[in-house]
Amino acid sequence: MATQLLLGDEALAQGAIDAGLSAAYAYPGTPSTEITEHILRSPEVRAGEVVCRWATNEKTALEAALGASYAGKRAMASMKHVGLNVAADPFVNAAISGAHGGLLVNVADDPSMHSSQNEQDSRLYADLALVPCFEPSDQQEAYAVPALAFDLSETYRIPVLIRLTTRLAHSRATVDVGGRRPQNPLSRPDQPERFILLPAIAKRSYERLVSLQPDFIRESEASSLNRLSKDGDRALGIVACGIAHNYLLEVTNGTPGHPVLKVGQYPLPVRDVEWLVEHCGRILVLEEGYPYVEAKLRGLPPRSAPAIHGRLTGDVPRTGELSPDAVAMAIGLGALARRATSSVPAPRPPALCPGCPHADTCKALAEVLASRRDSARVFSDIGCYTLGALPPHGVINTCVEMGASITMAHGASEAGLRPAVALIGDSTFAHSGMTGLLDCVNAKADVTVIIVDNLTVAMTGGQRSAAENRLVSICRGLGVDEAHIRVVEPHPRNHKENVAVLDEEIRYAGTSVIIAQRECIQTAKRSARRGTQGSQE
Amino acid sequence: MKRDIILAGVGGQGLLALAAVLGQAARELGLHLKQAEVHGMAQRGGVVQSHVRFSDRPVHSDLVREGTADLVLSLEPMEALRYLPYLKPDGALVSDTRPVRNIPEYPNIDRILAELRTISPHRLVDATALADRAGSPQASNLVVLGAGFPFLGLPMEVLEDGIRAVFAGRADSVIASNLRGFALGVEWAQAAS
Repeated sequence: MATQLLLGDEALAQGAIDAGLSAAYAYPGTPSTEITEHILRSPEVRAGEVVCRWATNEKTALEAALGASYAGKRAMASMKHVGLNVAADPFVNAAISGAHGGLLVNVADDPSMHSSQNEQDSRLYADLALVPCFEPSDQQEAYAVPALAFDLSETYRIPVLIRLTTRLAHSRATVDVGGRRPQNPLSRPDQPERFILLPAIAKRSYERLVSLQPDFIRESEASSLNRLSKDGDRALGIVACGIAHNYLLEVTNGTPGHPVLKVGQYPLPVRDVEWLVEHCGRILVLEEGYPYVEAKLRGLPPRSAPAIHGRLTGDVPRTGELSPDAVAMAIGLGALARRATSSVPAPRPPALCPGCPHADTCKALAEVLASRRDSARVFSDIGCYTLGALPPHGVINTCVEMGASITMAHGASEAGLRPAVALIGDSTFAHSGMTGLLDCVNAKADVTVIIVDNLTVAMTGGQRSAAENRLVSICRGLGVDEAHIRVVEPHPRNHKENVAVLDEEIRYAGTSVIIAQRECIQTAKRSARRGTQGSQE
Repeated sequence: MKRDIILAGVGGQGLLALAAVLGQAARELGLHLKQAEVHGMAQRGGVVQSHVRFSDRPVHSDLVREGTADLVLSLEPMEALRYLPYLKPDGALVSDTRPVRNIPEYPNIDRILAELRTISPHRLVDATALADRAGSPQASNLVVLGAGFPFLGLPMEVLEDGIRAVFAGRADSVIASNLRGFALGVEWAQAAS
């Protein structure tokens, strides 16, 4: 046994390595990125014993992990919560085909939307796919969960979801680590035809998945992550899921004084829930994200006794992440005396870094669109350049989800809104932009696509971009007219020239692509510090 | 022994390095530790904060409760003000006095400093000036940590080891400059108390 100082993300990653992981695939996204970065830094990857890669998107990551599982190896795919939307197809269908080697899908939810566009709750995806879900409450559990989840996955031949939330993902603690089990050998799956999801086979597989549901409940009831304490005043019973359990212990100095069901594995342990419902006057549910457990306990129509309290009743705020203060209020402890919030501080939103190439692109674009302000719209995407929405730039009009720049510009253009400009980063283009560009080419749509190519996945810390140095050939291959694929360097010294190029291509009544290429100032600085050369041109 | 600390600052100031130094030091002493931080988009020149909690007893929550922090240590005065609701009534405030004016309407700095001076105890340090004078302009974050040394409850050598560990792999001159910055802050704190 040794002790390491690990983020929740890193504890999960180390737990997976120590549980015999062979292959890890991921697309970076806050707050999940550090799972994969930890594995990439590991001696096992350096020695070539574990495969770990950034994939083009979450769907390709999960499918690659499924392939490794098919080959008998323990594999996992990691992503942020909205990434599971992209990977929903393989996730739900891998539950039908089943896994062979242990297969984990690690998803970091972001309640309060610190770095996200929604606070969707991945536990609902586990329900949708009919598979078990783990929700560790602290870093030590995050380390322990992959071994348990791999076992569950291999016992029942199903993928298993592990859900983290921001505060655990991005909080460090000392973790006892140790013990290592060997990786699985290469092997063929049993009943290999189950991976051919023709309806006749899929129907049988689906029946099997449904028939496993009672087993999953029994596993939850026996799980070390689910614990029922019957001590204390039964006027109130508390269900505390994941990290909520820590907040409960915090505000009660370790003794809640009421029966508590700590939940770390789903489906819910029905036997323990039944005990609470039978013995407690009312029930309070504390959970990060959606009122998922609360809604199940309430039923429809809501049960009359005991009353179920939580986010739906306003005892806990309906939206946003939990905090120890919110938990203290919910159990009736009240807030502590605190200083009033000062009225002096001004908001300080994030901003593009000084010297950022995106700022130069935004400036040139703003100038080109100045005379077209009434008609032009800029459909943008997910990345640092989304900050182009804020002052002093104020140049983008939309940011919805990965890839929705080119496709929305396409639809808006065909609806008659022009000029329709799409602004998308190099990595987002590789992730979900290429198919939309093919649509534009096929439709001969009047869309101007600007790919802001900073040669990295900048917002998540500088991971390798999947289409690095191949953007021109990709656009050419998708059928964009060669004369309308323009490469510029966004830099103050090229401002005039870049304005002219943008102006020309916006005037062109077809699909054009401008690749604005200059390395991210952060990765450039880092390479300079290391004395290594930056990304190749 | 128990400390709940809020670290505050602006993306790019080196706040997470301080969190890592405190984490290393607490771990070295075998203390229980939780240290929550903000990654991702906010780091781009926005508000950055970290909750650091260490104790000889188990630490449950990753977040500090409002009204309970022993120390707010800030690399920027307006950010110090933003996080005062976390401070317990007799908690200490340590802050750099140099504003980071990366927003269009930065409030009146005198008003900010006046409000910070109502906290007792407080230590307001022009860390940039001190770091510049020592020829270590990059180490102003460590100067602020040094200024907070009397409130950290951690031995000097353990913190210095923490600095060496966090900057391991960087040039010797970087490590030396950070150690010098920290020492300057400690010296300043002794003179100020």
